This record gives sequence, C-alpha cells and structure tokens, in this order.
Amino acid sequence: MVDDYLRQYGLVAILGIVAVIVPTSMLMLSWAASKVKIRPQKPSDVKSEVYECGMQTIGGKWGQFNFRFYLYALLFIIFDVGVVFIYPWAVKFNQLGLFALIAMMVFILILMLGWVYAWRKQDLEWR
Amino acid sequence: MNCSIGPDSLFHDNVLYRHIYNAIGEFIPSSLCWLDHIISGFLIILILVNGVLLGAALYVWLERRVLGRMQNRLGPNRWGPFGLLQPIADLVKLLTKEDLVPQGADRIAFLMVPIVVVFPLIAGLAVVPIARNTFLADLNIGVLYLVAITGLSTLGIFMAGWSSGNRYAMFGAMRGVAMLISYEIPTVLSMVGIVLLAGSMSLVDVVNAQHLPFIVVQPLGILVFLLGISAELNRTPFDIVEAESELVAGYHTEYSGIKFALVQMAEFGGVVAASAVASTLFLGGWSGPFLSGQLGALWFLMKLGFFVFLFIWIRATFPRLRIDQIMAFAWKFLFPLSLINIFATTLQVYWLRDDTGALSRGDLGLMAAINIPLALVTS
Repeated sequence: MVDDYLRQYGLVAILGIVAVIVPTSMLMLSWAASKVKIRPQKPSDVKSEVYECGMQTIGGKWGQFNFRFYLYALLFIIFDVGVVFIYPWAVKFNQLGLFALIAMMVFILILMLGWVYAWRKQDLEWR
Repeated sequence: MNCSIGPDSLFHDNVLYRHIYNAIGEFIPSSLCWLDHIISGFLIILILVNGVLLGAALYVWLERRVLGRMQNRLGPNRWGPFGLLQPIADLVKLLTKEDLVPQGADRIAFLMVPIVVVFPLIAGLAVVPIARNTFLADLNIGVLYLVAITGLSTLGIFMAGWSSGNRYAMFGAMRGVAMLISYEIPTVLSMVGIVLLAGSMSLVDVVNAQHLPFIVVQPLGILVFLLGISAELNRTPFDIVEAESELVAGYHTEYSGIKFALVQMAEFGGVVAASAVASTLFLGGWSGPFLSGQLGALWFLMKLGFFVFLFIWIRATFPRLRIDQIMAFAWKFLFPLSLINIFATTLQVYWLRDDTGALSRGDLGLMAAINIPLALVTS
C-alpha cells in the first residue's frame, strides 16, 4: 500500500530528528555543566587567539588558494551528474533489452571521452 | 478495537516493528493508531542510535588497543577490564574541559558543525537491515539515500574549516573537500554494480539477492568501494585533511571540549556505520550458515567486526600519501576501474539473466570466475 510506504518515510524523518537531537543535547549538557561550575568558562584574549604554533597570526584568515581546487569541483559536477543518470538505469536494467544496454554504453563512452580530454589537457595533474 | 498490523500491510514484513506495534497497540484506542506508529518507530530508533553510539565508543577502544598492539605497545589498559571504560573516561574528561571559541570565528557555523557531522552517521542507519525482516525502513531508494546522507559530511568538514578563522583549519578543509568530492565518484560508481546485480536499490533486496556474497562477484567493486570509503572517512592513507605533521589537526584545530568529542565521535562512528553498509552490500549482511532468522544479527555483527578490523589494519600499515598522489589515484586509477566494473557487470547481467531478470547462484559463480581474474589483471 502506498500509505504504508509513505509511513516509512515518517520513521526516517523521526530518525533524522533524533540524529539532530543527540548532538544538540550533548552541547546543551556541556553548556549546563558550565552553569553549575563543573566546567570552567573563563575566556580571555590570549586564550581565544587563533592557534598558530605560538606565533601571532599575520594577515587575515583568508590565505591564497591553488586554482586546482576549482577545476576539481567542476570535474566533480560533470561526472556526478552523469552518475545520477546511471542509477535509475541500473535498477531496471535486468528487465530491459539490448537497446538499453547500447544506450548506456554510448553514454558511458561519452563520459569516458570527457575524462580522456580532461586528462590530455592535464586537468587531472596537481600542479 | 485496538491497533494491529494486518497481513496485507507493508509493516507486516518487518517482524520487530510488528511485534512492538501489536504489543503497544493493546493499550491504545484505535483512534490514536498514528501514535502507536510513532512510539514503535521510536523504540527501534532507540536501539539503532544506542547501538551506533556504543559501537563508536567500543571502536575507539578497539582501535587504540589494536593499533597499540600492532606498534608493539599496550594501548589503554588501566580503566576497567582491558581498558574497556577508556572511552567513557575520555568523554567525561572532554565534557569538563573549557570550550573555547576563537576570536575570528563565525560563531553560529562553528556551533553547528558537531550537529552536521554527527547527523549523517546516525541518519544513514535508517535503511540498513540488521537481521532477517528487521530494519527501520525498507526504502526502495536505499543506496541513493545512503549516498545523499553521507554527502553531508563534506559540508560539515568545510563548515568547520571555514568558520574557525584559522589557516590550518582552512587548508585542511579545502584539501578535504577536494579529496572527498574526488573519491565520491568512484565510490558511488562502485555501488552501481551491486544495484545491477540486485535489480533494486533497497538494501533488503540486495541482501536477498546475495546467493553468493557480492565480494566474490564484484572484486573490483569492493576494492574501489573500500578505498573510496576510507578516503571519505579520512582514514590514514588518505588523511591529508588532518595531517598532524603539517596542519596541526586540520579542520578541527580550533575545536575543544565537547565539540571536539562530537567531531571525533562522528569520525570514529563513521567507520562503524561504513562497515555496516559495506558488510550489507558486499558480504551478505545478516545471511549466513547455521544462524537463521533473527539470529542472523550475529552474522551481521561478525561481518561488521571484520571490516572494522580491516580499517584498523590499513591504518596501521600504510603511510600517508601526498595530495597530488591522492588526486591522481582517484581520477586516473579508481575512476576508470569503477567504469570497467560497470561495463563487465552489465554485459554479464545481460547474457546470464533469465526471463524474469533474476540471477541464480550458478550465474553469480560464473561471474565471479570471470571477474576475479579481471580484477587481478586490471588492478
């Protein structure tokens, strides 16, 4: 029954709520412990400095970053979208015929072409 | 008239749920049956959540002990028998430590990180079957659900690095995101082979389809999956996210007190959760000889223990890789390997399936005979 199936999502939702409550309650417990003086809470300027091996931090928190990270993010988007298309096909494949086989082979081949192109352009090297 | 589950209901297959529901249903009027659903669901969730939290604590102890033994030292052995109570002592210690927030921090994001990293660890367990007909929910998108939920941990790591206002944390987080998204693709692709063989994304169906454990049928799949998942969990050969010798502690440099405890718990608990998923997908979950029915949970725990030990063993054996090596490994080795796996599995499923699309034990054996030499040749 559809109704029962949707009820399962209700259970998953309850688990999701519990998964948020568990860490939150531990944070609350720690906060309560500071209120009843089990846990010290005396922040000072020296303590709340950013950790840098005993040195004063020079410059802001924004360092410069390698451009590589951006290219990897682009590659990830391209291939991840491809993967999303493979999944529904994989579920129903054992009832599908030759056409589905060839269609997906062509699709993966195109993905592979893109991958080879990225490799040839040296986008996979970390420079 | 009280609440009870009829034989035509979907919940009738879920034995644990049905028993709890019917037992509570005796005391609840039929107009409040939705309350019965919530209570019985909550009781199963209680078992699951306590199981994974206890498992994470036990795993911390096991890792420190086994790692100690492998490095020819003792490991924690003072508090409780064999040092078993050590995780509890650690938790109490961290709970009573001062909880500092650095000056330049984005306070709200900083506070949210422990919640975001613990959430996928607990929520991912919703679809994992523990024993025959014993699970929380049998979603027909199980594998996809797992992929989606575990993707959240990447977000948690980046939030931690960005909100700390610390350069070490930021570097760790940037590296981490680059690595995690690179390894996500081969990991997800390696699970396509499983979906192809089982013909369903529901983990219950995956276990039922394993007349032969998929670890033999999909040797390439398990190789890619294990390597990918240990990168997703920041385990040692791939732990550039928190490389102690370069980045202090990586993305959680600025975390102290209970927040640090939660971040660490998410990391160690992640290993337990990943082992549970791996044993369900590749080793047949609760199915096994001698122990039938609900006792299959013991098989499940044994297989989980096997994977947990494997993860500790890998950590003790391999040194850390450089970031260029790690990225090259993901894109130039694991990605083509997972595509080869899909190619091979697709062709085999196409030739060997019967009219209804099912695969028998003999078919799976033949596939194993083809795939094991293939794995040896290609990798």
